[in-house]
Amino acid sequence: MSDTNSPGMPGAGDSGEDSWPEYLTSGEAHGATPSGGDPEGRRPRHRVIGTPPPAAARTLLSEEEAEGPPAARELPAEPSDPASAKRAERIVAACFLLAMVAGFGFLVAYAIVGVGTISGALHSNLWLGGCLGVMLLLLASGATIWVRRLMPEVELTEQRHLMRSDDKDREAFKETFEEGADASQFVKRPLVRRTLLAATVPLAVAPLFLLRDLGPLPGTSLDHTAWRKGLRLLVYGTGRPITAAEFNSPGSIISVGPEGYLDNDDEMAKAAVTLIKFRPGQLQFTTANHAVPNKVVQNWTVNDIVAYSKICTHVGCPAALYEQTTHHILCPCHQSTFDATQGARVIFGPATRPLPQLPIGVDSQGYLIALGDFQEPVGPSFWERS
Amino acid sequence: MSVERALEGVGGWLDDRFHGARGARVLLRKVFPDHWTFLLGEIILYSFVILLLTGTFLTLWFQPSMTQVVYHGAYVPLRGVHMSEAYASTLNISFDVRGGLLMRQIHHWAADLFMAGIFAHMIRIFFTGAYRKPREINYLIGITLLTLGLVEGLFGYSLPDDLLSGAGLRILQGVMQSIPLVGTYLAFFLFGGQFPGHLIVPRLYILHVLLIPGLILALVTAHLFIMFLQKHTQMPGKGRTNENVVGAPMYPYFMAKTGAFFFFTFAVLALAGTFAQINPIWLYGPFNPVAMSAGSQPDFYMGALEGALRVMPAWQWVVFGHTFAFNVFIPALLPLGIVFGGAAFWPFIEQWITGDRREHHVNDRPRNAPARTALGIAVITFYGILWAEGANDLIAVHLDVPLYWTTWVARIAIFVGPVLAYFITKRVCLALQRKDAHLLAHGMETGIIRQLPVGEFIEETRPVDEEAMAVLVARSEPPPLRALEAGEGEVPPPGMRGGALGKMRERLYTAVTESIPVPEPHLDGPYGHAIETNGHNGHGQESLPAGSAGTEPGGSEGQH
Repeated sequence: MSDTNSPGMPGAGDSGEDSWPEYLTSGEAHGATPSGGDPEGRRPRHRVIGTPPPAAARTLLSEEEAEGPPAARELPAEPSDPASAKRAERIVAACFLLAMVAGFGFLVAYAIVGVGTISGALHSNLWLGGCLGVMLLLLASGATIWVRRLMPEVELTEQRHLMRSDDKDREAFKETFEEGADASQFVKRPLVRRTLLAATVPLAVAPLFLLRDLGPLPGTSLDHTAWRKGLRLLVYGTGRPITAAEFNSPGSIISVGPEGYLDNDDEMAKAAVTLIKFRPGQLQFTTANHAVPNKVVQNWTVNDIVAYSKICTHVGCPAALYEQTTHHILCPCHQSTFDATQGARVIFGPATRPLPQLPIGVDSQGYLIALGDFQEPVGPSFWERS
Repeated sequence: MSVERALEGVGGWLDDRFHGARGARVLLRKVFPDHWTFLLGEIILYSFVILLLTGTFLTLWFQPSMTQVVYHGAYVPLRGVHMSEAYASTLNISFDVRGGLLMRQIHHWAADLFMAGIFAHMIRIFFTGAYRKPREINYLIGITLLTLGLVEGLFGYSLPDDLLSGAGLRILQGVMQSIPLVGTYLAFFLFGGQFPGHLIVPRLYILHVLLIPGLILALVTAHLFIMFLQKHTQMPGKGRTNENVVGAPMYPYFMAKTGAFFFFTFAVLALAGTFAQINPIWLYGPFNPVAMSAGSQPDFYMGALEGALRVMPAWQWVVFGHTFAFNVFIPALLPLGIVFGGAAFWPFIEQWITGDRREHHVNDRPRNAPARTALGIAVITFYGILWAEGANDLIAVHLDVPLYWTTWVARIAIFVGPVLAYFITKRVCLALQRKDAHLLAHGMETGIIRQLPVGEFIEETRPVDEEAMAVLVARSEPPPLRALEAGEGEVPPPGMRGGALGKMRERLYTAVTESIPVPEPHLDGPYGHAIETNGHNGHGQESLPAGSAGTEPGGSEGQH
């Protein structure tokens, strides 16, 4: 509170109102406002400029008849240039008149331009918005010209005081507050004070308890997806299963989901899979003695078709872009880039982990199926993920 | 007269009940200083009013529900498509409600203008030092409003449940999930389970239309009330001091001007909503968790956050079976934490450095606080690089540069850029101060060349006029640091004895207060080219801490 006594603040202690730099307090040098020196003076309190004859005349008048308590008129009644004001008046009126016309235009447009079709919505939007915008623009222009040309120019000066209350008021407040504190017995009787505080603790915690049912605990739900052994890969969009023979042009890519879950957004947000077909020899398979797993394709493919999770391991956007020539899977959100021939390892961007690979095979009818769930959680990292 | 009768009637009736004549009179005569930058705050206020009006209109038809329906409305390309009720009702507002599309677009443009206004307003407040005592609390309220606005905007554009907003929510969920220890729980509690669930739209809806706007409204009210109480700051000028306010009275001038400005704001938004399509959700299609389109961009105020996520390298630790996803939670929390947190602490840091506990009501010209201005530009550079990186894919496409280059440039620029910006800005400010000092000391060039009796040619100058003079001399030098004033061997005051901390404060003081001294202005009469010596600078050094003015190539300005 008290700025004047802050310890450890050299140079601050003496910075009351008396320590303004001189050029800031010497506004009178320009003949403007005798600040502070003469608070009684009625006339110099307000400086009125831009109003040569009428205001000056009135000010003089009021000085002569000093007995009248109301001070001189501070705002001149008439603009300084009546001829210009007359012209402005017509312009302002024209603005307002046209604004009214545009306003009626809005009402008419509302009544006659129908919506319910694409072009109807387009035309309705143009007419309604156009009329509304023009009306508002004309209102604004008219009002601005009114202020600038019709109203007499004026500049007033108002005194400003330090925000700090004076010591007397502060002292009085302190006394009143302390009297109240004494009367309340709050300070004197620690027993009631402490029991009151103790009683409010559960009250403060109660809202947190109430929020508990906002959602279920994560449990292991992020570790698994809907994929399990034998589920067919259904093409997203058509909902049909696909055979390895159908999906035979190298470089092509489709999105698939597990049979029975295509319409389940919660499951698809984890289980969405990108299926990519390669030419023989393009995929760099893992070998038994390879030291770094996950950097190469696990041997879970069918006819050089490989299945990766479509959910980016960065923050979970669908990694939806694929560049055929470079075999790069790119996430459009933050440009994490994965090399599809090398087990979707990260080659650029903020993602830290490769896209998990789904083990796939074919069933007795030749349709592509999953051989199990992903071997690791899909999607973005989370605390419980190891 | 009719005015008198109305006053006696309505005014008298009210005064009988509220005893308001005296207070209301003061209110009517309240002086509002004028400067174009003071309109920035009004833009925000009026955008907010328009947001409330258009938003209320939208709630009359919007269904905050994720229940799946089949669309049968006016937008033919999506007929028969499965979508949430939220998306379907947004289509309905756009194509089947008269004025619905207009209100939607005005609402979205108003949200963008609201945020843009807040950024511009904050920049103005910062660079002119208007946050200084006694306005620190109002400044903090402003920063709170900025963060509330960010969240409100994010929630708002997530409501239609289109493909783009779904991606935004997915990113929000992924970011929350990355927070150590509590992240997964936070995400599950907000979404009511796994992403996307069926609760997030109704939850965001009630936050968007009730809780956050309520908070914003309350804080805006407090913000305006405090501004009213403390009175407006003013720009330096003739007759403007720390102890007065110079301007036009509220009634009728400010009322009329601000009313006109409301209409201007509304007009611009209405015309934008009419002619500039924004957030055409029917082109994005309904949300589905499998699709995502290239070139997806959030609204501009989320750009820096997006850029931070893009620029961050792929760092992650797995320790004791737990994942620290530095690649996500650091960019999500740190950069904006630095910018907004730093902005919030700055007034107090500056007070501590300068020891300046005086009230300030006359704004600084940015050049007159070189270190502050330089710091501000450095932060804007930092933020701007992140913001640009948030659109790096579009930059790469339109400028035809490789995508990964843009990220690498940003990764380096994020560290180099702010430092460069700081030093360049500080030099520019000091150079501008020198120009001001030169104008004050020598007056303006007149173009009149005169030959002196000794044969020398000089150019005549004349002093700048009073108005310009008042602006040029207006400076609020901080009080000298006593430790720097005290000579060798003297005991420094308490607070400066703190060893390393005291030394640091001394050094910061020197950096923050570095300025070109204001010369004695030549007030009267035409005068010739005063032959300047380095003595001028020597005079200035008295009021400056040692080392600050000395580092400048001081005398160069003499060689005219």
